Formats: sequence, C-alpha cells, structure tokens
Amino acid sequence: MNRLIIALSMLLTASAVSAAGGGHVLYPFEPDVKNTASVQRGAKFFMNYCSGCHSMEYLRFNRLAQDHAIPDDLLSKLMFTTDKPGEHIISAMPQERAAAWFGQAPPDLTLTARLRGADWVYSFLKSFYLDDSKATGTNNLQLPGASMPHVLGGLQGYQLLGEEEHHDDAGGHHGPVEPPFETVVEGALSAKEYDGMVADLVNFMSYAAEPGKAKMHDRGFWALLYVIFILIPLTYAIKREFWKDVH
Amino acid sequence: MGIVANPHKTTGVLGWIDDRFPLTKMWKDHVSEYYAPKNFNFWYYFGSLALLVLVNQLLTGIFLTMHYKPSADLAFGSVEYIMRDVPWGDLIRYLHSTGASAFFIVVYLHMYRGLLYGSYRKPRELIWVFGCLIYLALMAEGFFGYVLPWGQMSYWGAQVIISLFGAIPVVGEDLVIWIQGDFVPSDATLNRIFALHVIAIPFVLVGLVVAHLLALHEVGSNNPDGVEIKKDKDENGVPKDGIPFHPYYTVKDLFGVSVFLAIFLTIVFFLPEVGGLFLEKPNFQEANPAVTPEHIAPVWYFTPFYAMLRAVPDKLFGVITMFGAVLILFVLPWLDRSPVKSIRYKGPIFKIALALFTVSFVVLGWLGLQAPTEGKTLAAQVFTVIYFLFFLLMPIYSKMDKTKPEPARVTS
Repeated sequence: MNRLIIALSMLLTASAVSAAGGGHVLYPFEPDVKNTASVQRGAKFFMNYCSGCHSMEYLRFNRLAQDHAIPDDLLSKLMFTTDKPGEHIISAMPQERAAAWFGQAPPDLTLTARLRGADWVYSFLKSFYLDDSKATGTNNLQLPGASMPHVLGGLQGYQLLGEEEHHDDAGGHHGPVEPPFETVVEGALSAKEYDGMVADLVNFMSYAAEPGKAKMHDRGFWALLYVIFILIPLTYAIKREFWKDVH
Repeated sequence: MGIVANPHKTTGVLGWIDDRFPLTKMWKDHVSEYYAPKNFNFWYYFGSLALLVLVNQLLTGIFLTMHYKPSADLAFGSVEYIMRDVPWGDLIRYLHSTGASAFFIVVYLHMYRGLLYGSYRKPRELIWVFGCLIYLALMAEGFFGYVLPWGQMSYWGAQVIISLFGAIPVVGEDLVIWIQGDFVPSDATLNRIFALHVIAIPFVLVGLVVAHLLALHEVGSNNPDGVEIKKDKDENGVPKDGIPFHPYYTVKDLFGVSVFLAIFLTIVFFLPEVGGLFLEKPNFQEANPAVTPEHIAPVWYFTPFYAMLRAVPDKLFGVITMFGAVLILFVLPWLDRSPVKSIRYKGPIFKIALALFTVSFVVLGWLGLQAPTEGKTLAAQVFTVIYFLFFLLMPIYSKMDKTKPEPARVTS
C-alpha cells in the first residue's frame, strides 16, 4: 500500500514537472502579486506601453484599484478619459486592422501570465534582438518569429544575438546559461532598471491573471489552521473515545 | 398511533412519521444497526470520501450553473466572470475543479481496495458491477465537465474524443456529426454537453450510488481478511465480528474526512492547477477552432486509457482496446477462481500479477501525458498487454495459485 502511494505521488510530481515545462524559459522569475507598489507601477507601465495594442478584457479598473489601494484621483490618471472605473481594460486598436498590420491581432493579456507562465513573460520582454530579416526589425529568442515589435526598445536599448556558447560537460548536464545578448544601442534605462520595470509589469500581469489569489491564500491559511489544529484532533479524539470498547 | 402500532414503538412526531414512512427502519437498516466488520483499515476510508466528494460536486455545481453561460461565445468569459466578479466564485470553482480530480483519486483507491481484498467476489458481484457503472458515468461526467470552460484543450480534447466514434465502420462519420450537432465541435455541441453534465449524468450517478449502497447493505461489507462475518452470529443475530456503522464508522470516517480535507483544501487554496495536471495551462486560452495545439493530452485521470488508444496502430482497434480496458472490469467477479478473497491469503502468483497490473496502470497514466515517441509507444504496447493479461489469465493463475487457509474470524 505504501508502494502504491509512493508510485502515485511520483507519477503526480513527474508529470506536473513535464506539464509545466512546455518549453525552455530563458530567465527564471518568481512573481510577487502581494507587492502592491510593484503591481501599481506595473499597472502604470501597462497602461502607458501595452494597452495601446493589448486589452485585458477580464480585468476591471476598479477591481485593480480596490485590490491595490489606488485612490480615485490616481485611478483616473491611469485610465483614458473615456474609460469608466467599472469597465474592463480594452485597447482602442481595431482588431481586424491590427491583424492586417501585425499578421495577427495583439492577443488579450489578462490570462497570459497563467497561460505561458510569469517567467515566460519576463523572459519574452527581455529577449528582443535586432534581426534584419524581420519586418519589425527585431526578433525574439523566447518566441522566435514574434510579430510584436520591440515596443520597449527605447527603454531597454537594442541588443544583438551573439554566438551561442556550447558547454560540453562530461555529464552532459546543462545549468541555466545566460542568453548570449550584447547591447549595441543603449536605452534610457540601465539594465538593472529595465529588469525592475519588467518585473513590475509581470507582477501586474500575474495579478491580473488571477486577482483573487492573495485572498485565496489568506482564506486558505485560516481554513487549514482550523482543519489541522481543531478538526483533525477533535475527530481523532472522538474516534478514539468511541473505539475504546471495540476489541 | 396508526391502526397498527409501528414495530419500533416510537412516539410523538417520529412515531407519527414511522406509522406512515419507514424512517426509523431505514435509519436502523442502513446506519445504526448495519453491522460492519470491525477490522476495516486505511483502504476503507475511500467509500465515504467518494460520497463526500460527490456531494461537493453537486453543491458547488449548482452554484456554478447559476453563473456559467453554456454558449461558445460566452462560456470562457463566464468562467472568468465567476473567478473575478462572483463573490466566493473562485473558491466555488476551485472546489469543483479540484473535486473532479479528487473524485477520481478516491474512486481509483476505492476500486483498488476491491482488488486487494476481493470485494467483488460472491456475493458482492452486483456491488462491483454497480461500481463499474458509477466509474463509467464518472468518466462521462468528467469529460463533459472538462469541455464546459471552452478553453483550447477543452475544445481539442472534445474534438479528439468525439472523433473516436468516427472509427466505427459505416455509420461512424454520420454518428460524429449527430453527436456534435455540427460538422465540428461548436456551440450546439457545448449546449448538449452542458445538458448532459448538469442533468443527465448526475441523475444517473446518484441513482447508481443508491443502488451500490443498497446492494452493499443487503449482503454486508467485505473486510481485509475476506471472511464472511455473517457466518458467525451471537444469540441476537448480530455478527460477532460486526460493529454498528453508527457510531463506530461514522466517527472513524469523520476523522478520515478531516485528514482528506487538509490535503484537499491545501490544493484548492494554494495549488489549484497542480502544475497543469488539475487545470491545464492551454485552458487559460479561449477555444480556437482554427489553431490546433501542438500536443493534445487528456486530463490525468484518462491518460492510462489514452495511452492504450495511441498504442494500437489501427484507430478502430485502438478504440475497442480503450473501451475494452474499462468494460473488462465488469466481468472481474467471474474471472477470479481463487478459493480465498483477500490478498492476505492469496498466493505469490496473484501478488505478482497485481503488482504488474499496478505498475502497468500507473506507467500507462504517465505515458498518456507524454508526447509519443517510438520507445514510449512500444512501452505503452507492452503495458497494455500486461493490463489485459491480468484479467484474461486470471481464471488460470488464480486457480493454480498456492493459497493460505482463511481464518474463521477476522484478525485485528
């Protein structure tokens, strides 16, 4: 019986790893949706740089304000003048024409952090490089052939993709290797500032993908506290008491 | 009092009811005077847990139905609406989605218990058959529920499963169109799947559970020793090794429920996706009939059968193999010819056969999640053969196996 449980749990973890893998992610990143300051900055960056093309059709402005302590006057600065607080974040770009311009309409970004993973989005935003063969002038190492131009190029600067270094370890084991990017045009932000900005954006997108997560964790804490420290000891004590007379 | 007093001599409101309805009789027959063997072990928690999960699915399902829109245009958005705008909606949805996987986990362990202790043997064949029907209904219910959020994998999973009917000669193609109500899975398909998921299958499921329990209470529970406690009764007609289900097993099962809740709620609140196993990542994208995902895998509880389907090169024969793997369970009571029921007294051949079967099922489940390669397909073929041989050779090896004598009374 123990063997079966071990086998089952091994099956669960093994397949969970493979299911989460999907593809290789260039940079590791762990989102922090409880960092309100970061999520607020990320929301600002999203509205300034992303929302021209991308919608978040399932996220309401006032839900964001409520979850991340954004007062009314600041929220009105975040929104465009025609938006109302109860509305979803909808891009003004006409979808059909956008599809003609870029080859495909810019996807909705509400759930992208859950679909692709926060680390994937983080890596994607850091991995644009110059590529003359592309109509946009740039390509992306995380999503080769991406139809999105390097919108944040003015901030990050532009980089070239160098030759990939091959590490032929004896064991054939590959650790995380930094992608061989070299900066050719400096951006307005330093590399560290840009990483911080992308982290803010991804924290915001991770929040947007599941706004109720922080509350779920809070509720879960109390629920488990009750089950583990009250319900289990109580039911165990009752069971023991009743079973005393079974021989 | 009625014209003839009820045999339980109850009075007051209860007496009034008992004169007209067998309330006290049912309580005694099924709970307070239902005598269960006193030696139930860990494996005997999963029946009551399955009932708990069934109730969880029914209750959370009712609330999800209040907000969900069964329409190809609105379904995906309505699930996000539940996740974001419905008070407690995310909790209700995760209870339901985690409950679906939990249902299969407890049912698989419950069935495995049957294999270990021979709970399917005479006189419990019908309990086992009703159980297999429950499992079949559960698979249908799980599949239909999986389609409802109308994500990418929901859609393409539905497409793959429904297209299996196309393998049937002559009528296959027309059958697929009839099932879908369209040439591809579409709004019409989603609507009928919704109807089946919320009305038809739950109705059948609950009925089968009642039949399963009635059959169980008619013949009495088996136990880890596989001996019949009814053969040895005291002067009051109570089995010497039996104890009333209530209060002994109600309090014991409540403890089991508490431990189960600790694990279940950890997943619900903190890991509802379980790394893409309980909620698959492609389902965070709305169904797109124009884009086929590069790797289509069913949700984990179907993967052993999916691996069998892919292991067979011919589509029709693959479908037959897959359904055969489920249907062969039904005849298990008539395949086991061993003189003893429980694995405790069975011989080495049965133990090896069961171990091989267990490994096959688990490995097939893993293989069903993977993209196929030549080596993996070969492995799936080998384990599919072992899976079937466990059943098909059972009449032979269970008879020739060297068993130990069963004790007269249960051991503690």
